[in-house]
Amino acid sequence: MNITFTLIAQALTFAILIWFTAKFVWPPLMNAIEARQKTIADGLAAGERGKHDLEMAAKRSAEIIREAKEKAAEILANGDKRASEIVEAAKAQAKTEGDRIIAGAQAEIDQEVFRAKEQLRNEVSAIALAGAAKILGREIDAKAHNDLLEKLVAEI
Amino acid sequence: MSTEHALTPSSYIEHHLTFNTQALGNGGFWTLNMDTLVTAGVLGLLTFGLLWWIVRGATAGVPSKRQAAVELLVEFIDEQVKGIFHGDRNKFVSPLALTVFVWVLMMNSMDFLPVDIMAWIYENVLGQDHWRAVPTSDINTTFALALAVWLLMIFFSIKVKGLGGWIHELFCAPFGSNPLVWPANFLFNLIEYVSKPLSHSLRLFGNMYAGEIIFLLLGMWAATGLVGTAFGALLGAGWAIFHILIVVLQAFIFMMLTVVYIAMAHESH
Repeated sequence: MNITFTLIAQALTFAILIWFTAKFVWPPLMNAIEARQKTIADGLAAGERGKHDLEMAAKRSAEIIREAKEKAAEILANGDKRASEIVEAAKAQAKTEGDRIIAGAQAEIDQEVFRAKEQLRNEVSAIALAGAAKILGREIDAKAHNDLLEKLVAEI
Repeated sequence: MSTEHALTPSSYIEHHLTFNTQALGNGGFWTLNMDTLVTAGVLGLLTFGLLWWIVRGATAGVPSKRQAAVELLVEFIDEQVKGIFHGDRNKFVSPLALTVFVWVLMMNSMDFLPVDIMAWIYENVLGQDHWRAVPTSDINTTFALALAVWLLMIFFSIKVKGLGGWIHELFCAPFGSNPLVWPANFLFNLIEYVSKPLSHSLRLFGNMYAGEIIFLLLGMWAATGLVGTAFGALLGAGWAIFHILIVVLQAFIFMMLTVVYIAMAHESH
């Protein structure tokens, strides 16, 4: 059980092994492990971000759908209102137009009636005059009896 | 086992506990225990060569089963170091811990090989009359490791605190900087610096040496007849199973102490 030069030799072997491990064994493996850890961490972070993005997108799409629904409802309401307005306006216009047409027709009828009456009156006076002439058997001076005739015509 | 000698218990034990020495010059200190050196060297070469071969193709993507196994080992070591040492451990301390753990574990594991079968192989296949296969049951190995760690400890103390800081700490810790307690401080630190490598190396050496002796004693018992063989085999199996724990535990303790000593060297008081 002597301490011999073996000790020095073993210490040298030990030193070489430490150097070898520190240079060729530890770094490549640690680098690989750390690179993998980083990849995994990045992946997890990306997954988390994706989830977050998805939540945001879902929220936004719900918002958009809600807005679209509101807008559609608004448009529908506006359309209904506009339609009823148009109908009302058309009704009013039709009524005024109808009234106008009716009034025109009435005026024309009145005019026609008046003209017919006038004509009839003239014809009646002529007939009355001719009848009277026949009856009296002589010429009636139209000028002399104009007042009478006028009166007669007015009475018809 | 040597067949030239008469087989007595003492010659059996002596045979198994004799180093295969190679004198450098006039002997004494200048001898090499070839069995310790070669076994430790071959184990180091094989294990760290294997690790190197595996991590050379290390990928950051999905690891192969080989790589995953080495990663388990490396992360286990790194986890232990992380709890003790606070600094850039990837540069030196963690690789050091890995080296110590794996190498000591492999050297301790040589104890699992059946002593007499291996002795026969060493003698008849490799032509070596004496061959002690467990390098950590040679005090030279454990002292070599402990002293290397001890030197690293002093190196890091000086590197972190500066030479002045280190000397200041020798005299001013743990009791304070009053000149009256300087001798007490220095004595304390001296004892600490002496006891650290001693306890570090002797713990491992004692465990492995005792384990080897018990295997030898059981082997001797097994040679005393039928009952002895039965008990020897049974207890030998039991001791071998228990030894699995000791081998791993001692390697682990050796590594943890190494890390603790190095970490303490980095801390200022």
